Amino acid sequence: MTEPLQILFWVVVFPGFLFTLILGLVASWIVRKVSALVQWRVGPPLLQPFYDVIKLMGKEILIPQEAQRTIFTMAPVVSVAGTLLLSMMLWRVSLAGTSFVGDIIVAIYLMVLPSLALILGGSASASPHATVGTSREMKLVMGYELPLLLALIVVIIKSGGQLSLVAIAQNAPVLSISGMLAFLASLMCVQAKLGFVPFDMAEAETELGSGILMEYSGALLAVWKVAQAMMLVALPLFLVTVFLGGFTSSLWAGIGKYVLVLVLIILIKNTNPRVQIHQAMKFFWVHCGIALVVAVILATIGNNYGIGWL
Amino acid sequence: MKESIKKPVLAVGPFHPLQEEMEFFQLTVDGEIVTDIDVRISYNHRGIEKISETLQFDQVPYLVSRICGICSASHPLAYVQAVEEIAGITPPERALYVRTIINELERIHSHMLWVGLAGHFIGYDTVFMWAWKYREPVLDLLEEITGNRNNYGNVKIGGCREDVPNEIIGKMLKELDALEKKTDMLTKAVLDDPVLHARLKGVGILSYEDAVKYAVTGPTARGSGVAIDVRRDDPYAAYADLDWNVITQPEGDVFAKAVVRLLEVFESIKIIRQAAKKLPDGPIAVEVKEIPAGEAVGHTEAPRGETFHYVRSDGGNRPVRHKVRAPSFVNVPSFKASCIGEEIPDVTITLAAVDPCYSCTERLAVIDENNKIVHDYETLLKLSREKTAKMKKEML
Repeated sequence: MTEPLQILFWVVVFPGFLFTLILGLVASWIVRKVSALVQWRVGPPLLQPFYDVIKLMGKEILIPQEAQRTIFTMAPVVSVAGTLLLSMMLWRVSLAGTSFVGDIIVAIYLMVLPSLALILGGSASASPHATVGTSREMKLVMGYELPLLLALIVVIIKSGGQLSLVAIAQNAPVLSISGMLAFLASLMCVQAKLGFVPFDMAEAETELGSGILMEYSGALLAVWKVAQAMMLVALPLFLVTVFLGGFTSSLWAGIGKYVLVLVLIILIKNTNPRVQIHQAMKFFWVHCGIALVVAVILATIGNNYGIGWL
Repeated sequence: MKESIKKPVLAVGPFHPLQEEMEFFQLTVDGEIVTDIDVRISYNHRGIEKISETLQFDQVPYLVSRICGICSASHPLAYVQAVEEIAGITPPERALYVRTIINELERIHSHMLWVGLAGHFIGYDTVFMWAWKYREPVLDLLEEITGNRNNYGNVKIGGCREDVPNEIIGKMLKELDALEKKTDMLTKAVLDDPVLHARLKGVGILSYEDAVKYAVTGPTARGSGVAIDVRRDDPYAAYADLDWNVITQPEGDVFAKAVVRLLEVFESIKIIRQAAKKLPDGPIAVEVKEIPAGEAVGHTEAPRGETFHYVRSDGGNRPVRHKVRAPSFVNVPSFKASCIGEEIPDVTITLAAVDPCYSCTERLAVIDENNKIVHDYETLLKLSREKTAKMKKEML
């Protein structure tokens, strides 16, 4: 195969779009099934998320008259594109072990992209419900970006100042105090990025209908669902790569770590009520912020004096 | 220019995932703060009172039990008590105890239903599913006793339709023991969860003064420290013979209302245990010949508060006037006091906290072609006074 075709195959089929999408839909089935088991329900069959997306694809697309059509229709595509790039990078790190210096910074940027697209799409849809949802999503992004950056600084310090994901994935910082703090805080940030309870106030079904996604319908909504499913692969994979040593030891250990993170996310989702936006911001800035500043100090001390467990 | 800027209105309804029924809350919002609330109901007016006037006295209980799927023991009981007062009938002792047991089982399943829904409204779906699972054995018991999970239709003029068989009592007490343990676990989980505290405490406070001013009833009033309960204040069925407490909480917030409901489940279990123990032998109904002319009111403590039925008879076999006032009718207006100034997520749970039942509360409004309501408060008052005067003349 020639090189451009190979790259195209990587992006479109494996480990790019199709592979991530199928894995993501299976992951969203796991989310639904485990939630159902926690709640004493039966839960959907394995193919239900696929049926949902396929059915939505065939439904009519309604665009509100006063909506900004271009932004409204482009926002879900941007979200999918950003998530695709992120998952591509992470798969390359996990499966092929190739990386470049500074790709952790690119990953941070790419992780914000879906949230930004969501904010753009919501604010372009000219609906009061979506407006409230948008303002909540904006506050939430401002809330969790700071602790996420601090947590990644801890990781970078622990790895001795490495900025490439492959080098970072060589060690598992979660096995130290500072790394554990950073891991727990970023788990909550990922929870918020995925829009799961307790941080689902932007969608808040019982308050705002579905809030930020309220005006989306048909294929456009399906694209959002696809983006969310792909995030369900990319974000836990990012945590596994950065905190848990990634796929370096073996493939099966890597898959086990991924499922572990996914189940942790599902359990948090099912044992909490939705918090208010100001409570969420206080949690991220004050509680997570202080814990992470402590973690950064511990990591620096540990690194300078060679104490691994700090 | 400035006048053209409309205040943003957030519509909760007419169809909204918050509640199953049709309701419409227009929340005027300033950012996240709700500055005004307009409650619009009556999307499902069924004209129950008018239908009731076309039915015979013994058919009406089955109609009024369908006013609400959950208060389907309280409504017929209130109606039947009114008719029994007109006719001067005293139901047999055993019937009174059976009524008590059915009504308390209803209260348990209604309160468990609310706990589950409240969990769902704040995004805590696990509580939703668990509470509804705990509620299920109660519905099974009701089915075993009356034949129906809801809409039991178990009360009739002069007594009860179905007995609580003595064989079932052992099973019922066993189920209640299991339920008590589960509710205990749930109550402790609610009382100890710091996230739930943060989410529910100090939210949607209805002060004692406001509770009195809006004349709220039931757990809504008791959660604001107003100790009213028809079962104690004007005992009916067998409540006067039994030992139980009226649960009150002084705070008036959503958390207090949740605590009141959860603790009332324990009181209901206590009542059923005593009633099952004291259940006298004998018939469950007396024969009723005819209903003389006259008027009476009957009221019961439904799970949501006081249910009030007024019945007037002219000596025929149909009520000539039947007036129903369900508890939500007085509880819903209290949103004006409890919701304004709160944030949107607090308002939605406050709306749910009175456990509103819209189908009980539906009223008719006459509008002209410009969508303006024809009858305002003054004209309605005038009409009502004219009608009362006319009726008084007829009665003499």
